[in-house]
Amino acid sequence: MRYLLRRLGHALFLLAGVSVLAFLFTALAPGNYFDEMRLNPQIRPETVAALRAQYGLDKSLPVRYASWLGSVIHGDMGFSFAYNSPVAPLLLVRARNTLLLAITAMLLAWAVALPLGVWSAERLGRLPDRLLSWGTAALLVIPDLALALGLLVLAVRSGWFPTGGMASVDFETLSPLNRLRDLALHMILPVTALVLSSLPLLIRHARAAVADVLNAPFLLAAVGHGIRRRTLLYRYALPAAANPLISLFGFSMGVLLSGSLLIEVVMSWPGLGPLLLEAILARDLYVVVGGILFSTLFLVGGNLLADFLLYWADPRIRTESSAP
Amino acid sequence: MRVRRTFAKWLIILGVLHGTVVSAGFFAPYDPVEQDRKSPYLPPMRVHLMDVHGYLHVRPFVYSQRLQEGSFDQYEEDTREPHPVKFFLSGARYQLLGLLPCGMHFFGAENARIYLLGTDAYGRDQLSRLLFGGQVSLFAGLLGAGITLLIGLGIGAVAGYYGGWRDDLLMRVAELFLALPWLYLLFALRAFLPLAVSPLEAFFLIIAVIGAVGWARPARLVRGVVLSAKERDFVRAARGFGASNGYLLRRHILPETSSVLLTQAAILVPQYVLAEMTLSFLGLGVPEPVPSWGNLLSSLQQYSVLVSYWWMYLPALIMVPFFLGYLGLASSLQEREEAYKIQRSSLGSLT
Repeated sequence: MRYLLRRLGHALFLLAGVSVLAFLFTALAPGNYFDEMRLNPQIRPETVAALRAQYGLDKSLPVRYASWLGSVIHGDMGFSFAYNSPVAPLLLVRARNTLLLAITAMLLAWAVALPLGVWSAERLGRLPDRLLSWGTAALLVIPDLALALGLLVLAVRSGWFPTGGMASVDFETLSPLNRLRDLALHMILPVTALVLSSLPLLIRHARAAVADVLNAPFLLAAVGHGIRRRTLLYRYALPAAANPLISLFGFSMGVLLSGSLLIEVVMSWPGLGPLLLEAILARDLYVVVGGILFSTLFLVGGNLLADFLLYWADPRIRTESSAP
Repeated sequence: MRVRRTFAKWLIILGVLHGTVVSAGFFAPYDPVEQDRKSPYLPPMRVHLMDVHGYLHVRPFVYSQRLQEGSFDQYEEDTREPHPVKFFLSGARYQLLGLLPCGMHFFGAENARIYLLGTDAYGRDQLSRLLFGGQVSLFAGLLGAGITLLIGLGIGAVAGYYGGWRDDLLMRVAELFLALPWLYLLFALRAFLPLAVSPLEAFFLIIAVIGAVGWARPARLVRGVVLSAKERDFVRAARGFGASNGYLLRRHILPETSSVLLTQAAILVPQYVLAEMTLSFLGLGVPEPVPSWGNLLSSLQQYSVLVSYWWMYLPALIMVPFFLGYLGLASSLQEREEAYKIQRSSLGSLT
């Protein structure tokens, strides 16, 4: 229990730290949203100054941070100048879309990587294993950007999948079942790109972790007892190899999020990525801060989940933490 | 021994690849910003050996291309006159290695323009842009990695050597930097820097941003090495003889980190080249007309380009051989580190 509380406290510390860091970066910014207005001769300088005062941009950094914290507690997370609305509702919709993409991709990637890793570890050094290693190496050297663009070219040329966006134009008129189908069709391309880009790392780690365990004496003994191969691999070897893999699970969340930022922009998926890019170009300060905070939240959440799983899966951690 | 050979192999491959890009002026037939407004989006030319009349030529040649009747972007080969590919001819002036003024090009054609990878919207030669763009992207990656390693070395050394509150503070900050997905972090840093700047300023801005992002992981690795190195017997002995902190760090401890830093460099450089590509692709990096691997691809954000002009996609693939080289280098370095560790631990058991 103390272990879990410590991890939770750590996660909160990270979030608070990142928000401070993001605000420090904003202090470095040479311009703000209202600077563009200054160039416009039809807007009087007093108006710009009044707007700046209205949004509190003329206050000092600690004051701004404090008032921003207050608005986080109110569930606003600051104010978007470009959208003229509180930031949180904007971000929530986008974050939902990003999560939909990232979680689907993560589940799929693990579902593919685990069996492949186990399969490959069992044949360590033999031809199938070497072929798979070459395959993962090949995937590893293709940059995400090239992968995403290549898939897009393929989709555009073949016309098999919708390219871009999250829903067809007539989405509102469809029946619920068809809506689901439409969404799934739109997800194929970005999810494929994400899965392919995260797969090599996962397969390599799964393979290494299982291969490590397969030489353990207890497994040799199990082989001696004549336990079935499948039971042996998935019932005994995989749980023993789970520890590093669960840590990797938390880490893969971060990889997927960074990957999805780019892929969302390329495939015009309405997630956090395009919003963040727009906000950067428009200097929409609080949207940028909010977007960064949300991405950190996902990552920290993923790591926290990994910690919980580890606590549940690994008795050593439980006994260690219950000791005073 | 085998490890050393594979290491040398990858180093040679990377050397050749980088050499080609560094001497871009020589290998590129044209100036990267020179426009040929009469032939936008020209597809890559085919190199022929046999002409339309069935004659075999000793010297490979190309046909120049002209617009098809009634089309604005479809070209056909003008088969009236073959233009032989000439080697080592003089053309646009450039500075070899940024120093030597020079005019000789590896290949080209007389009385015609030769576009082996096609042209972009302004009729600029894609091959030349690709080669010159590599100078920007690779240099950004290498310099960025250098900055990251310097920061990481400094912070890791202070944290590991002095320990105490410095260690706590620095490692906490490092955790913060590791907690952010790195592309978001890159965006965040870029977000608060000026947008409209000259290409050169943008270039150094990008390098600074990319270099500042990744210091946390190398810093942690360096800290680990320093922690173990400062307890080694010869370091203790040197301290016993009255060596100062600075001397100990410089002479005995930091040299121990070289293999970790080298491996990190091989991992970081391709990552940073990709970071530059991503930023420039999204319009946050090096602006036109200066080519970089990222902004060569940015025209693909328009669907019409993506659909009609497939050769505009080719720059996306240029990273593959470089990635392969760096991946090979990194894994051979890691192997070497392992071998070194095993060697040392077996020596330790002897004494």
